[in-house]
Amino acid sequence: MSVSAETQPQVQRAPLAVPRVHSKLVQAQTRLAWILLAPSLLVVAFVALIPLLQTISQSFTNARLASDRPVAFVGLTNYVNLITDTDFLRSIWVTVQFSIITVLFEFILGLGIAMVVNSNFKGRGFMRAAMLVPWAIITVVSAQMWKWMYNDIYGVINDLLVDKLHILPANVAWVSNPATQLPAIEVIDIWKATPFVALLLLAGLQVIPGDIYEAARVDGANGIQQFISLTLPLLRPAILVTMIFRTLDALRVFDVFYVMFGSQPTTMPMAVYAQQNIVSFSLLGYGSTVAVAIFIIIGIFVVAYMTAFKVETA
Amino acid sequence: MNRTQQYYISRTLFYIVLAIIFIYIVFPFYWAIRSSITPNNELFATPVHYWPQQPILDHYIEVFTNGDFLVALRNSTIVAASTTILSLLIGTVGAYALGRFRFRGRLPVMYLILSMTMFPAIAILGSLFDLVRRFGLYNQLPSLIITYLVFTLPFTVWVLTSFFAGLPKELEEAAYVDGASPFETLYKVMLPLIAPGLVTTGLLAFINAWNEFLFAVSFLQTPDKRTVPLAIFLFNTTSGGGFEVPWGTIMAGTVVVTVPLIVLVLIFQNRIISGLTAGAVKG
Repeated sequence: MSVSAETQPQVQRAPLAVPRVHSKLVQAQTRLAWILLAPSLLVVAFVALIPLLQTISQSFTNARLASDRPVAFVGLTNYVNLITDTDFLRSIWVTVQFSIITVLFEFILGLGIAMVVNSNFKGRGFMRAAMLVPWAIITVVSAQMWKWMYNDIYGVINDLLVDKLHILPANVAWVSNPATQLPAIEVIDIWKATPFVALLLLAGLQVIPGDIYEAARVDGANGIQQFISLTLPLLRPAILVTMIFRTLDALRVFDVFYVMFGSQPTTMPMAVYAQQNIVSFSLLGYGSTVAVAIFIIIGIFVVAYMTAFKVETA
Repeated sequence: MNRTQQYYISRTLFYIVLAIIFIYIVFPFYWAIRSSITPNNELFATPVHYWPQQPILDHYIEVFTNGDFLVALRNSTIVAASTTILSLLIGTVGAYALGRFRFRGRLPVMYLILSMTMFPAIAILGSLFDLVRRFGLYNQLPSLIITYLVFTLPFTVWVLTSFFAGLPKELEEAAYVDGASPFETLYKVMLPLIAPGLVTTGLLAFINAWNEFLFAVSFLQTPDKRTVPLAIFLFNTTSGGGFEVPWGTIMAGTVVVTVPLIVLVLIFQNRIISGLTAGAVKG
């Protein structure tokens, strides 16, 4: 069956690409397929789609968690409050800033590492294995590891930068100093995700056939020219997909901020703000409004990327 | 400077870059190990030593005699294993339908599954919390086992579908001719062939469930129900001692929960990389 036959609206009975004589078989197959899919679809409906609809409808109410007070429809009140809620607006800014910085650095460093590891050398398998280590460490665990490394008195980072390398004049309280809080957390995310990005890009690099570089060399293209006019365009699909995944992860970041700063308002990303409203304050209605806003913001990014990708492949 | 010299210089530079990358990647984990075997009086002293003067195992003894931590290990194992088994059971039959059957509505279902793999869990936290309370699952492990399917199941279906679709078409034709039913075809003919896919998706589901924090911190309350990420997060408050934050013990705990994962990942590294790229490149 062709793709177009499925995506175009069909007025009459489905003209399947299978000959009519098999229609009974087709019917039986279709029924069986839906039976096999039923458990998956039920789970998705039960834990994702229905809760999503519920979140949307609750965002127009004053619902509270575990409360006997009757729920009232409040119209757009929550939304009006939301756009003037400085804590929420600040959380958007924190999240967007965090996302741009981390995704940018992860891409540049990840591409660099992928290029280095893609060349032939002894111990390549070992290096590839090491790259999976940060990815395998639980996010909460890596946040704790770094929190200790950032310690203002006994932390190794201060020791390295102040006592060993003499780059800084005095110890810095990385986690509590407002100027270094966000960079400190970005460094953790970049450390954890860069090897992952590198592995995905490495997989993309490995499917590029080597002989086109041969041809480029024969034509007199130098390394930089080869990189710009061969590697980058051929790697584009892998780059795009990796960036989509990283951006989505960055926009819904929760764990690392929660462990490092708890619910300190100045450094709260959107997800922590929503969680705090729902769980700590039991404000199911307003918390749902925040959740819907996050969903829309993430949706905008997905659509933007998808459009870029469509334009790319068309 | 002749060619061989040039070659050796560029080769040396290359290995220096490689070494820097390697240190950057593994140093935080090294530091956790180093801190976990350093006695407190050395840990909370300057200048910092990069290897303990007198390595000790006291922090590990503290971790393994900490009842809450052991319970957390047990809870996480139950939750991650149950979620993985459920995802594989439900996901395999779903992926079988999507990968081997041609039927109307297949493409919309594929799009639905794909969009689910990008679903932000925070968007449904409130409704799931409500649901969990209504079913009396608050502070119960099943609240996590069920809700973790939100992210493990779509990924499992998506990756396994491509595994099923990659099998030759003659397979079930031969099986049907031999009189096998579709279910027999699935578990006698197909399952052995997609075993690598099951290992990959199973591992990734397990790791994702093992790492999850948002739902765990929201749905669980008492120490006897904590999972590993929660226990590690709350270590500061549960074990005291003479120092405010018992960093040595926390680091021992982080090493204990990380080593099994790293071993798993290293054993199955090729499977994991192919699974990640299948999920990402085709996503």
